[in-house]
Amino acid sequence: MSVQELEKIFQDKIDREVRIEPKDWMPDAYRKTLIRQISQHAHSEIVGMLPEGNWITRAPSLKRKAILLAKVQDEAGHGLYLYAATETLGITREQTIDDLHSGKAKYSSIFNYPTITWADIGAIGWLVDGAAILNQVMLCRTSYGPYARANIRICKEESFHQRQGFEILLVLSQGTPEQKAMLQDAVDRWWWPSLMMFGPRDSESTHSDQSTQWKIKRKSNDELRQQFVDMIAEQAKILQVTLPDPELKWNAEKKQYDWGEIDWNEFWNVVKGNGPCNKQRLDARKKAHDNGAWVREAAKAYADKRKEREEKEIKVA
Amino acid sequence: MNIQIKRYFYGDIPEENTGGGNAGKKEQPGSVTWPLWEVFIRSKQGLDHKHVGSLHATDAKMAIENARDVYTRRMEGISIWVVESQYIHASNPDDAEAFYEPANDKVYRHPTFYDLPDEVKHM
Repeated sequence: MSVQELEKIFQDKIDREVRIEPKDWMPDAYRKTLIRQISQHAHSEIVGMLPEGNWITRAPSLKRKAILLAKVQDEAGHGLYLYAATETLGITREQTIDDLHSGKAKYSSIFNYPTITWADIGAIGWLVDGAAILNQVMLCRTSYGPYARANIRICKEESFHQRQGFEILLVLSQGTPEQKAMLQDAVDRWWWPSLMMFGPRDSESTHSDQSTQWKIKRKSNDELRQQFVDMIAEQAKILQVTLPDPELKWNAEKKQYDWGEIDWNEFWNVVKGNGPCNKQRLDARKKAHDNGAWVREAAKAYADKRKEREEKEIKVA
Repeated sequence: MNIQIKRYFYGDIPEENTGGGNAGKKEQPGSVTWPLWEVFIRSKQGLDHKHVGSLHATDAKMAIENARDVYTRRMEGISIWVVESQYIHASNPDDAEAFYEPANDKVYRHPTFYDLPDEVKHM
């Protein structure tokens, strides 16, 4: 069968909402796009543990420590579901991790911002996880089966993350003037980077959108961003915080919020590695990987040796 | 087919904008790889084990312990099976049409094939 015919069958399956599974024929570009997207999603989960890990020992109570620890553990799990989904496309785990460490593969830029106060942990749950959930809910219906299933699993766990973040902020919003100020400061710093999480504006896209045709993605960046703003602007009222955008206001005609322009220079700068914590994050990942090398080797040596011994015992018997 | 992907998604930054690159890439120390395992979980007594995903581990014991940590953090299971992925044999999706063809023309295997009068109860 010619490639054209195979591509037609493939696209026809996508159009009929039939999921693509690992052993099915797929165009190289579809495979490549997925490897890039899923591994970057995985890296985001793993690097995303770092800004929060910073607060596990500093969280204000034993309850908050336990919750944060559970959340960070979930993120390690999410990273693993996604790495496993990437591997179904024929790339090794080692290769994906090497690509992160060499700078070839990226992770969400949001994690290159520092977590300075306890309120930042609440803001991450509310805003960053809130933005991630919108994206992941959409990805539950992505055309590649293993990626869709990983996202379903993730979404089941993620809503606890967002709710615990909101609750941290809710408690602060009912606290002392200092606590209220800390809350407002965190929202001021996390608002714009959260909007940037959805990626560049749709108008930046000058070519046909292959990912939409392949139903890898079902909503545009701007659609998701609008959904996010409409959701958060309402929730902000309950926290009695001001979102740091003077142009943000309800548009009764369009039945949605209007808002100001994102600083795209900042966005590309952070993507390119010049954010406040890019180097620190990657260094931490590499260090963890390198320091774990002896454990991986020792565990392998132990397993090999035991297997050998078992085989010998079988022979003797 | 000329495919260009120009819209960027969450966690999906196009390579031409990522900076970095492969420069200075070297063999990582201890790039030992552990085998891949498929994980099956029984969510409650009386139900089948169901495939939930995969993970790397050096041996079955480690695979089961890791599966517990990754796939049952919220009481999703009461029993875990792990099988090294290399031992899974699968039918070929390219042959699906011919392979499942024998079932295609045997509608009489389904109860709805048989037209019975409405008065017949409990059948």
